[in-house]
Amino acid sequence: MPQANKMGMNKTGMAMSPIQGKQMMEGAKELTQAGPISFAAMEKIRSDYASPDDYIGTVPVPDSFKGMLSAGKEKIQGHNPEVLINKLGQRLAFERTGVRIYDALIFKCETINDPISKEVISIDSLKHFRDEEAEHFFLLKEVIESLGADPTAMTPDADVSALASMGIPKVLMEPRTTVLQCLEAVQTTELTDNAAWEVLIKLCNNMGMSELADKFSKPLKQEKTHAETIKNWINKLALMQAGTM
Amino acid sequence: MSVNLLDARGTPVEKQKFTLRELVQKPISKMDDDAFTRVRIILANGLEQQANRFQHMCSQINGELRPALASVRRVEHHQQTMINWLLSSDHSPIETTIGYEQVAIEVTAAIAQQEPDPYLAQVYRFGLLEDFDHMYRYSALLDRVEGKDANNILQCYTDIIPGRITFDEHRHPTDDLRDHYDRTKAAPISKMNALTIMSGEYQTRDYYMNIGPMFSDPVARQLYAEIASIEEQHVTQYGSIIDPDETLLEKWLLYEANEVYNYYSFMESEGNPRIKAIWERFMDYELGHLDLVKNLFQKYENRDPAEILPETLPDPIPFESQREFVRQTLEAEIHLRTNGSKFVNKQDESRQSIEYRDYINSEGSPSNAVAEGYVWTPGTEITRLTAVGGK
Repeated sequence: MPQANKMGMNKTGMAMSPIQGKQMMEGAKELTQAGPISFAAMEKIRSDYASPDDYIGTVPVPDSFKGMLSAGKEKIQGHNPEVLINKLGQRLAFERTGVRIYDALIFKCETINDPISKEVISIDSLKHFRDEEAEHFFLLKEVIESLGADPTAMTPDADVSALASMGIPKVLMEPRTTVLQCLEAVQTTELTDNAAWEVLIKLCNNMGMSELADKFSKPLKQEKTHAETIKNWINKLALMQAGTM
Repeated sequence: MSVNLLDARGTPVEKQKFTLRELVQKPISKMDDDAFTRVRIILANGLEQQANRFQHMCSQINGELRPALASVRRVEHHQQTMINWLLSSDHSPIETTIGYEQVAIEVTAAIAQQEPDPYLAQVYRFGLLEDFDHMYRYSALLDRVEGKDANNILQCYTDIIPGRITFDEHRHPTDDLRDHYDRTKAAPISKMNALTIMSGEYQTRDYYMNIGPMFSDPVARQLYAEIASIEEQHVTQYGSIIDPDETLLEKWLLYEANEVYNYYSFMESEGNPRIKAIWERFMDYELGHLDLVKNLFQKYENRDPAEILPETLPDPIPFESQREFVRQTLEAEIHLRTNGSKFVNKQDESRQSIEYRDYINSEGSPSNAVAEGYVWTPGTEITRLTAVGGK
């Protein structure tokens, strides 16, 4: 079983190499002729590439706006429907990845030989959360299709969200990580997910699409339960591992 | 332990087999394994990659040797896979870069000291000071982009101090060409050293070319583009010290002998028993390759491999901190530049290199930008910023 709290010969710190470390510090001090710390030149390079006209990708043009038009032409007028499509695509992709993340977490919890994790974590709850992520995905697919947009397209926000959370599947799939480490990775996604559903609901309401907003209130509620449960498990595991509970 | 290159048979090539499961072993620990275990892994990966590349090129110019080349090359490929997959997934691309530069510094410094030919030793010292500077620039990048301390990877074995500044390393292509050793006179160790260092530098070039586009930060993208360009210069430099008149089979013999020598050196210094067992196994595999090539050499060239190979292996390459040697070299030779194949003082550098450098740097220097005011500090530069009250 992978252990996160095992004491051992971690070699990364200065204290592990008192003699070499001292030589290294003295050398850096004496042999580095550097002026004051400055980030100006780095910032210049970065601003050279920054352009207000640049973008990472575009929001795919819907097949037609017919669905969206019939769903509330007047309501959406004066707003930017591409923002909604972008955000719906972002949630769809996130929920889809969420299914895979829970699959990985369930596998980790089922296969790990750790009595504390087994005591704290309910695999049935995890399976239930996984199924809810899948339900959210299907709900979003249906909504996107009803608006005449393409649920198979990757929207820019979907791409960037995946970029931001790239390390999470890595943590879950890594055989050497513990259940607690994996739960903390999943917590990152759940907290993000909660906030993102809130934004989506607000967006729908403000665009006059309150029916859609109502539909999304159930996933938000479920995601809140996911985040709360994961947080409680993390607390319990950490305290039990420390022998304080 | 002594290894007789002329008599040893090693594992026969037909018995050198891998399952896919076997190719993917448990990786090393980034935190707990010794930094020199990672150094050996990275170097071994470079040696195998270069062996594979060389054998592919041979196949393009010699039809008769294709079956033998295909058989040996497949094994080299799988050896490389097993070795490279020992690096764990928690290394970020910049952290692995720090490992690559540690290889370039510590191995080049060790080889510079054991090289019997003074000109070749000078070549290694010249390249060493440039890779040494890359370490400083990449450490600044790791610190300033990821907020991490490069010394978590280096484990205090290797200094993080400017060398010959990367800005000054850009040279005209023909000023990177060196005089080659004479195949009829050079010591076998000189020939093998050249292969070791060229292989290490070649994989570094390829690694930077692969990971450079993975960064979003324009500073990182530019820095990798810049240092990859210098690594290309280094491959040119180290490739050019090899005698072009060696026959194909003579070269192949040397490649295999050098792999034996390196695995032997790894075995002698490895502290992780699981990894040491891989080095032992692969030394036997390389002896098997060498045996096959010795037979081909006799068959096709009607020559005795003893003309090329030493009977016994030289002393193993030491895998330990070369701090003092690097600092002495830094003090004595940082001013050196090149003019054709000659090493010269700054004022005698070739006009064409100065013009080349002026042009390539004319729109700014990422290697200067990334390290403006950077002094390596344990626990990252943030500890200094906090001490002086922020940015």
